[in-house]
Amino acid sequence: MQIFQYSLRRLLYLIPVMLGVSFLVFFLFNVVAGDPTPLLLGKNASAAQVAELREQLGLNKSFLAQYLDIVKSAFTFDFGRSWATQQQISDIISQRAWPSLTLTLPAFLISSILSILISLVVSFYRGKGLDISIRVLCIALMSISSLVYIIIGQKFLAAEWELFEISGYEEGFPYFVPYIILPVIIWVVLSLGPDIRFFRTVILDEVYQDYVRTARAKGLSEKVIFLRHVLRNAMVPMITYFVIQLPFLIMGSLLLENYFDIPGLGSEVVRAANSNDFPVLKAFSILFSVAYIVFNLITDILYAVVDPRIKLQ
Amino acid sequence: MRKERSLWSDAFNRIVKDKISLISLIIVVIYTLIALLVSMGVIASDWQEIVGPEYAPPSAEYWLGTDFLGRDVLRKTLYGTKVAMSVGLFTCMIAIPVGIFLGSIAGYFGGIIDEIVVWFYTTFSSIPGIILLISISFVLGKGLTAVYIALGATSWVHLCRLVRGEVIKHKNRDYVQAVTAIGGGHWKKLFVHILPNIFHIVIINASLLFQVAIKSEVILSYLGIGVQAVPSWGKMIDDARSELNNDVWWQLFGATIAMFFIVLAFNILGDALRDALDPKLKGKES
Repeated sequence: MQIFQYSLRRLLYLIPVMLGVSFLVFFLFNVVAGDPTPLLLGKNASAAQVAELREQLGLNKSFLAQYLDIVKSAFTFDFGRSWATQQQISDIISQRAWPSLTLTLPAFLISSILSILISLVVSFYRGKGLDISIRVLCIALMSISSLVYIIIGQKFLAAEWELFEISGYEEGFPYFVPYIILPVIIWVVLSLGPDIRFFRTVILDEVYQDYVRTARAKGLSEKVIFLRHVLRNAMVPMITYFVIQLPFLIMGSLLLENYFDIPGLGSEVVRAANSNDFPVLKAFSILFSVAYIVFNLITDILYAVVDPRIKLQ
Repeated sequence: MRKERSLWSDAFNRIVKDKISLISLIIVVIYTLIALLVSMGVIASDWQEIVGPEYAPPSAEYWLGTDFLGRDVLRKTLYGTKVAMSVGLFTCMIAIPVGIFLGSIAGYFGGIIDEIVVWFYTTFSSIPGIILLISISFVLGKGLTAVYIALGATSWVHLCRLVRGEVIKHKNRDYVQAVTAIGGGHWKKLFVHILPNIFHIVIINASLLFQVAIKSEVILSYLGIGVQAVPSWGKMIDDARSELNNDVWWQLFGATIAMFFIVLAFNILGDALRDALDPKLKGKES
C-alpha cells in the first residue's frame, strides 16, 4: 500500500518535470535559437516565401501557444513532421528504434555480464596483483578518447584485416549481425572501465560492513561470505545502475551509429543537428525525458522493494 | 608542541608520499605550465607556420611530423594542451559555483527552495546532455566560448546533488548549532562553517569533471560544434579519420598520447583524493 502511494506521488511528479522539460525545450529552440527560416530557405528567399514558411511551421503563433504545443506533444507524443524530410516524427522514431536496440541491447548485456564477473574476481582478490593490474588497465582504457577506439577499430579490424563489415546495416535477423559486431565490441571496451570500477567500489563497500565480520566470526568460508552475503547486498546499487542506463539504450549510440552508418536514433540526432531539424531534436528531448523520469521512478521503487531498510517518504 | 595536522595537509602528505599519485600531480602541473606558456605566447604561438612538406612523417626535425598543410604537429599538440586545459578549467569554473550554490541553499534552507532546486535539476538532467550541447551551440554559435558554456551548463547537476545531500547531513550537527548559539546567521553557518567541511567532495568532483570535459571536447569536435579556428586534440583526432587511409598516423598519435596522460593523471588523482579526503575510507587496506 505504501509502495502504491509512493509510486502514485512520484508519477504525479512527472507533470511538473515535464512542464519544466517542455519549457526548457521551448526556450532553447523557439526563443533563443533564433529564426530558423534563413537556415531552411537559404539567404536569398523572398519575403513572401519566408512568411509562408513561418505560417506553415507555426512560428507566427504567440510564445504561449508555441509552448502549449510542446507541452501537448509531451503528453500525446504527437510531434508533427520533420522539417527536413516531412516524415511523421513518430514514424521516424518507430523505424529507427530497432536498429538502435539491435546494437545497444547485446552490447549492454555483454558488457554488464563481463564487468560483473570481472569485478567479482578482482574484489575477491582485492589488493593483490591481479586487482591492481586490472584497476590500472581500467583507468588506462578510460583515458583514451572513444573516438580513437572507433577510428582504430574501423581502420584495422574492419578495413585492413577484414574481420568485420566496415559500416552499413541490413534490416532483420540475422542480416544485421555482421554489421553490429564491431560496434558492440567497441561499446564493450568503452564501458568495461567505468563499470568494473563502479562494481568494485560497490562490492568493497559491503566487504567492510559489520555483518561480514559477524559471518567470518561464525566461521563461514570466504567464498560463502562473498557469494551469499556480500553479493546479495551489492545487488541493490547494481540493479539501480542497470535500470538507469535503459533509456540510454533506447536512444542508441550517437557516435557508434553515426560512424558505422547504423540507421538508429543516435545517427538521426546527428542528422537533425546538422540540418537544423528542430522538431526532431525537440521530440527526442521530450521522449528521452519521459523515458528517463519513468526509469528513475522504477529504480526508486525497485530499491524500496529489494531493500527493506529503505523507508519511503 | 604537537605539530598541527589538518585534513588538507594530511591529504597532501598522503598524495605526495604515494609515488603514482605524486607522478600524476606532476603531470597535471606540467600540463598546466605548458598551457600557461602557450597562452603567454612563449611556445607554439607559431603553430600556423608552414615548416616543411605536407604529411612529413616524424623525424629528428619534426618530432611528430607535419599535417596536410605542412604545419608542425608537435606545436599543434602543445597548442591543443592549452585548449584542453582551458576547456577543463572553464567547465569547472562554471559548473562548480553553480553546483555548490544551488546544492547548498537547497540542502540548507529546505522547504520550497529545496523543491524548486530539485525540480530544476531533475528537469535539467532529464534532457539528454548531447541535445543540450547541440542546442546551446545553435544559440552561441560555434567556438571555444560555446564549448565552455555548453559543458559547464550540462555538468553541474551531479555536484549539486552531492552538495545538497551533504549539507542536509551537516546542518543539524553540533558544530552548526554552536554557531547558531553564538549568533551566527544563515549565510555564515552555510558558507563559513558547513561548506569547508564538505569541500573535499567538490575537490574530488572537480578532478573528475576536468577530465570528462577534456574528453567531451573530442566528441564535440567530431560533431562539428567544437573549437573552430585553433588546433585542438579533438580536431586532430577527427582529422585522423581521413588521414589514416593514407597511413598518416602521427596527428592521431600526438593528440591521443597527450590526452591519455592528462586524463590518466586526473583519474588517478581523483582516486587518490578520495582515499585521502574521505574519512569513511581511512584505515582500509585498499
